[in-house]
Amino acid sequence: MTPILSPQGLAGLVFLGCVAATIAGAVIATSAARLIRAVAGLALCMVGVAGIYYFLGSPFVALMQILIYAGAVCVTIIFAVMLAEPHELKRVGKIHPLAGPASILAAAVLVAGLTALAGKTPWQATGCRINNGALEEVGQSMLTTYSMSFELISVVLLVAIIGSLVLARSGRSK
Amino acid sequence: MDVLALQDSLNTYLVLGAVLFGFGIYGMMRNRTFIGMLISAELVLAGASVNFMAFNRFLAPDPTVGQIFALFIMGLAAAEAAIALSIIIAVYRNFKSIDTDDVAELEG
Repeated sequence: MTPILSPQGLAGLVFLGCVAATIAGAVIATSAARLIRAVAGLALCMVGVAGIYYFLGSPFVALMQILIYAGAVCVTIIFAVMLAEPHELKRVGKIHPLAGPASILAAAVLVAGLTALAGKTPWQATGCRINNGALEEVGQSMLTTYSMSFELISVVLLVAIIGSLVLARSGRSK
Repeated sequence: MDVLALQDSLNTYLVLGAVLFGFGIYGMMRNRTFIGMLISAELVLAGASVNFMAFNRFLAPDPTVGQIFALFIMGLAAAEAAIALSIIIAVYRNFKSIDTDDVAELEG
């Protein structure tokens, strides 16, 4: 058992806090009655996931997670909620009687199956690593080995920007 | 079982990714609005990213692959959120609602 007042023990505590934030955020995001609270839950969940990424040894991806998800995506969703939610509590409690139990059952079966699969598979650790996965190596391989996907994703983002402008523009006179 | 050393085992992260995925599926089936479904889709993508980063940390011989994959997932999720939200705004303009039940007619 790791002593709690050692560096490892404190790191374990922080890790448990990140996991708790992630799961609490996911619960709020899926079952909140009002959409704006669900967005706040999503932001909390994404900050927790960023902490998980930090523990997985890549602070850069953790910072990008906070910047893109907790910053950009959540703010965009909040704008859409404010633009397009006229009667917030109109439909609460009126879901189909089978939808609640069926969705819980489906999600539980999926989680149990994936957990059992992860536990049963004999994962083989690699013997050697060709670099230490620092930000420098990430940048180098992004612009050499994965330069094709890098260019493709910039095209995808450009098309997404133009497409969302065109879509949001149509029917503006109504 | 050592609770404070959970961050050193691959299984912890795999279970966490599975739980996030399960919450996403649950929310997508249960939610009645488009924006709620979009939030659930973001949870599914986050679960997939956690899995990739975990394999990257513990198993991959080249530890940059998982990070690059997670960055690409973030880019695609941002593009998806932008497109989905502009579709939602357009639907709201036409139907004055973002409930999935009210938007139940197709026209050519």
